[in-house]
Amino acid sequence: MRKFLSSAFAICLVIALTPAMAPGESSSAGEAIWRTEATDAGAKESGIPEFFVPPPPFSDGIFPCSDCHEDQEVNPERRVLEDMHEDIQIINHNEKERWCLDCHNPDNRDVLRLASGRLVSFEESYYLCGQCHGTIFRDWKAGIHGRRTGEWNGKKTYRLCVHCHNPHQPRFKPLAPQPPPVKPKNIK
Amino acid sequence: MTKYGKNTVRETKVSRRDLLKGAALSAAAAALPAADAKASVWEAFFQRHFQELNAREMEKVISRLEMEYAEKYGKEIKISTTKPLPGVLFGYGLDISRCIGCRRCVYACVEENNQSRDPQIHWITVLRFKKGDKWVSDMESADKYYNPDKVPEPGYFYMPTQCQQCENPPCVKVCPTQATWSEDDGIVVVDYNWCIGCRYCMAACPYGARHFNWMKPGLPAEEINTKTHYLGNRPRYSGVVEKCTFCIQRTRNEKGPYPACVEICPVGARKFGNLLDPKSEIRYCIENKRIFRLKEDLNTHPKFFYFFAT
Amino acid sequence: MLDLIKHFFIALKQVFTGSRNYYIWIAFLGFWILLGLGTYMIQLKEGLIVTAMRDQVSWGFYLSNFTFLVGVAAAGVLLVIPAYIYNFKPIKEIVLFGEMLAITAISMCIMFIMADIGRPDRVWHLIPFIGTMNFPASLLAWDVLVLNGYLFLNLAVVLYVLYRIAHNKDYSMAVVRPLVIMSIPWAISIHTVTAFLYNGLPARPFWNASILAPRFLASAFAAGPAIMILLFQIIRKISPLEIDNKAINKIAELIAYALGFNLFLFGAEMFKEFYSGTVHMAPLQYMYFGLHGHNRLVPWMWMAFIFNLIAFALFLSTRARENPVTLNLACSLVIVGVYVEKGMGLVIPGFIPGALGEIYEYSPTNHELLIAIGIWALGALLYTLMLKFVIPVYTGELRFSDGMRVSAKVVSGQEEPALPEQGAGGMVPDQGS
Repeated sequence: MRKFLSSAFAICLVIALTPAMAPGESSSAGEAIWRTEATDAGAKESGIPEFFVPPPPFSDGIFPCSDCHEDQEVNPERRVLEDMHEDIQIINHNEKERWCLDCHNPDNRDVLRLASGRLVSFEESYYLCGQCHGTIFRDWKAGIHGRRTGEWNGKKTYRLCVHCHNPHQPRFKPLAPQPPPVKPKNIK
Repeated sequence: MTKYGKNTVRETKVSRRDLLKGAALSAAAAALPAADAKASVWEAFFQRHFQELNAREMEKVISRLEMEYAEKYGKEIKISTTKPLPGVLFGYGLDISRCIGCRRCVYACVEENNQSRDPQIHWITVLRFKKGDKWVSDMESADKYYNPDKVPEPGYFYMPTQCQQCENPPCVKVCPTQATWSEDDGIVVVDYNWCIGCRYCMAACPYGARHFNWMKPGLPAEEINTKTHYLGNRPRYSGVVEKCTFCIQRTRNEKGPYPACVEICPVGARKFGNLLDPKSEIRYCIENKRIFRLKEDLNTHPKFFYFFAT
Repeated sequence: MLDLIKHFFIALKQVFTGSRNYYIWIAFLGFWILLGLGTYMIQLKEGLIVTAMRDQVSWGFYLSNFTFLVGVAAAGVLLVIPAYIYNFKPIKEIVLFGEMLAITAISMCIMFIMADIGRPDRVWHLIPFIGTMNFPASLLAWDVLVLNGYLFLNLAVVLYVLYRIAHNKDYSMAVVRPLVIMSIPWAISIHTVTAFLYNGLPARPFWNASILAPRFLASAFAAGPAIMILLFQIIRKISPLEIDNKAINKIAELIAYALGFNLFLFGAEMFKEFYSGTVHMAPLQYMYFGLHGHNRLVPWMWMAFIFNLIAFALFLSTRARENPVTLNLACSLVIVGVYVEKGMGLVIPGFIPGALGEIYEYSPTNHELLIAIGIWALGALLYTLMLKFVIPVYTGELRFSDGMRVSAKVVSGQEEPALPEQGAGGMVPDQGS
């Protein structure tokens, strides 16, 4: 177990050195984590690891959005939705400042739009979330934030942010817990 | 519970029938080395310590055990003896700021690792603490029996515990027969065929991580996970101690699945990887998050790191 | 060899014949032994689930009795020191009975361990060279070694001395003295190691106090000799053996010191925990005041404390020590006091609160009680049988050697009160050698 002691020492060294870096760069340790084999050029740039995500959790029959939206005129006015999507409410996601077109691309509804104007698919919605939630995005890329399955030393399946967080009401929904353990006096 | 209805007897008085049964049994015990006793009984009795077995003996032991299990559970159970991967030292991370106390991990572990269902054995214990209460050094305010409709509950947070796979494991030190030891990949394991059931390790463990088979494990054949490791999730015996092995049967592979508790966690609070690999998730946690280990004052040096992602 | 077999049968005959009271006593013990054995068979079959022990409190009544009995065994040394080191004759005459008590106590310790472990069939894994004893890392391995060593040491002394006496020969101090000298540190070591067994577990702050080993010794040297005083008086009453009051008074005096020291150490522990008031005070709080509404041990602990206190007061006074009524009262109080304090009062609070803060209030089931009573009865039987054989040898009535008067005459202590030449024979060793 001497191995661990030496690695612990190495860890200490790294920890001691990290404050010297700018916060944004602290992924120098993290950078190496990304298995940079993603096909998307943009992904390659930002060091998205090779990973597998299940398809985005669309409500039934809602995608592609263009099926309905293609013929419609874009109405940029902030309003309460009435004829369609009236179930969508923004809760606990800075609702006062939020509007559909902040994220949904008005010209082609099948993709999302970043603040920069860059368009990303729903499969890459993490870029969109990552615009504000930078630290969490970083942790997610490193495999620290969010659930993942697969092999600890091989291929992993990541989840998109939206698999756990409804983008309109991102707070994690409470769950029913599984039963508590049996008390010792009842173990017979 | 009718199956274990004897407890009514226990609580009142030993009935005469039980005593007679006991006397009969003692007579049977005296006649134990009967000529027609199966050879396997003696082979089991004289089975050596796992680490003392050479390749040939190991093969014999495994095939005998597989036969015994097949007889007992009526299905084929594979027992692997995979050795530690070179250059691997397992570490575990648990994000306290994420855990919601849903206990999915507890039951995923039970299923993966063939824990006894009745009497119940859980390798993972999820503790609930009131926010602001004394906490790390004083577990007295912990509650593991919480049972609300929904978790997380406002005003509480949760801290799961399990074997911390200490670098300096007090349980290994105290075992009088060396039936438990630390493997090269850092997993503390038990040889269920060598443990004498003295439970000294349970007294020595500061994390309540060791569990005893107070009777024959109640493991329904149809619920058995048949992919097992000798040092891990193979079915256990009455009278021996067991504990978390970081899912040795899964993780100790070239393409090793995450432990069952990591995979099931709906909030992704559980992290796992190789401490010797600077690119691993667990190393990222250690290097980028504030971590602590449970009961650090005891110098057990767990390889189980609690952290706060936010 | 033939002789040995003959002697064995003489001994057997001696042990199997006795007065009506003797048979009643044996039958009484036999009843509890069988009951205990039957219960143990149930436990073997069902598993330790028949006990109240669970993962939260993983040691219980069996280990409590074990711990107390190690103390009783170690206390034999309190007789050995005055007898052999200071040549105090009245005690020297009875030291053998103290050693026999040690043999009995150790045998009972081993039985309690066998009752406690989950896989008694695998106990051979503990044997050095055959198994894989974890020596020197595990204190339990140490305990196995020192306890068995102490057993053999005492057996050696007792067997050698008896053999010589039974052949009407003086025993040689050259043989006895080294064994006896060795048994002094050994007795201290068995109890120290047993204390360290608990002491070395930082997971259990209640045990992890360096005062534990001294407290173990002090309480052992109080309770063990108290048992001897009671036993000696019984022996004196039902057998022709004479035991000098001076011996009993000396032992009582030693108990006073040990008990006083025990109370002092207890006070020191209480002060440290309660004055500093850290989280480690929880077990003591549980024992004496209750913790979070759990207080099953509280009456027992106070009872033990008060018993020890009264006993100490009695032992302190020379007059009370010399009066058989108050002496026996004091002895009984200290036995019960220490049994509670060092049995359940030591083992259980180690687990309360548990490693994860849980409080599981343990109290033994009927299975545990019956098995424990069975072991105590077996111990009593063992001691009775030893006495039945040893006393006539000691008094000179039973002899193996040819030509002696009662070579095979069976002696029954109670029925033949008028015995010739009490206390004669090879009882007092040759002082010169």
